[in-house]
Amino acid sequence: MSTLEHKLMNTTETVFTAEFHTLDGNGLEKAKKYADRFQGWFDGVNATDNTAAHAHVSNVASAIAMKQLGLEPILQVVCRDKNRLAQQADIMGASMFGVENFVALTGDDVTAGDEPEARRVFDTDGPQLVRLMSTIKRGEYMSGRKIDPAPHMFIGAVENPGAPPFEYRVQRVAKKYAAGAKFLQLQICYHQDRLEKFCAGVRDAGLAGKIAIIPTVVLVKGPRPLNFMHNSVPGIDVPADQIARVEKATDPAEEAYLQTLEFAQHALAQPAVRGLHITDFRNDDTLERLMTDLGRVREITTNSSTTNEVKDDHAYSA
Amino acid sequence: MTTFIATIEHVVKGPVWGCQDCGQCVLHSTGMTCPMNCPKTLRNGPCGGVRENGHCEVKPEMKCVWLKAYDRTQDWPLPATWKAEYNHLRPPVDNRLKGTSSWKNFFTKRDRWTPTGWKNSTDESVAQGVDH
Repeated sequence: MSTLEHKLMNTTETVFTAEFHTLDGNGLEKAKKYADRFQGWFDGVNATDNTAAHAHVSNVASAIAMKQLGLEPILQVVCRDKNRLAQQADIMGASMFGVENFVALTGDDVTAGDEPEARRVFDTDGPQLVRLMSTIKRGEYMSGRKIDPAPHMFIGAVENPGAPPFEYRVQRVAKKYAAGAKFLQLQICYHQDRLEKFCAGVRDAGLAGKIAIIPTVVLVKGPRPLNFMHNSVPGIDVPADQIARVEKATDPAEEAYLQTLEFAQHALAQPAVRGLHITDFRNDDTLERLMTDLGRVREITTNSSTTNEVKDDHAYSA
Repeated sequence: MTTFIATIEHVVKGPVWGCQDCGQCVLHSTGMTCPMNCPKTLRNGPCGGVRENGHCEVKPEMKCVWLKAYDRTQDWPLPATWKAEYNHLRPPVDNRLKGTSSWKNFFTKRDRWTPTGWKNSTDESVAQGVDH
């Protein structure tokens, strides 16, 4: 059983997950540096699947690298690039290397990326992919062909509490729970009222305690990434006052940090919430600061360095 | 005959519902809104990319298909049994049925066929869980 599964299913502890950085050139070398920064802070780290519709080192390869580097991977599987056969192959392949956490998501469209001319697949959608994962967990491929022994799997999904139709998002949680999801990582939501209503809705639907809600916060250095998300990422709306707060601050980097901390504390206080997912676009010491401010104690066993400032090639980096 | 029925269906459903000839029609359960008009062809609700104005991530000029489906399911005088099916988990599309008549597939029950693994994964069997 993975640490993530153990903590969510057998304890009341708050869990922390994070987004692993995308890997391109010098993959293993960079993976090592990133892993050193994350080591001991997180119960699971997402091995992303061509995030924002850009090609990178594959989700499966990242997850295996993480496993080898002592992190606990959560294999993201999206529906955009691969049909159901390839999705099953990826799940089985990662499982062969000991990956136990899986998260299913629909994924951005190809037009969100730098190869918009590519063919979009969407042979399955998010809820179907959750059910497909549950099928493998039961010991069968989609066709009914047996898998013996069946892989051990802890299955999750994703939801966006901040995108319309707001009231319907809770019904989707119920659908994904019925399909087999045990945890739900939320997309970043800069509207606290929407997150509050969403979490209250999950509680009122009787799903608290059945599916663990894990909201996301993003560490940014200043207003630029906030503007980028607001203007260029469909489904994410950053209120003008939140951007202005950082923009007009005498120390925007510090203000951006405080904003993230506030959103994190607010999210953790909501019903049905069992943890926090952190996306780090800063790559500086605020990751450690945030975790410490949230009361997390690092569970470190290696001689990892936390002072490494890693240059990230990601487009969001401020 | 089969082609004839498919042609009639296409002529009727194309202009009215934007039918994409998937051959396994679910219009009744989606507020009479064809989910195959979603650029991602999602059968189980909207993705997370719906814009602030309720429009599509891929086609910003178009209202999200699933917002339409949701509104119509609430507002239109559709049979209660149809409305109840809105939140059902619809299986992945059987791509072999593309271009065939969903009317014929409905009456022959061909459109209700799902792969064995999918069929065995009922809500109950999933809820029961497996502990390896």
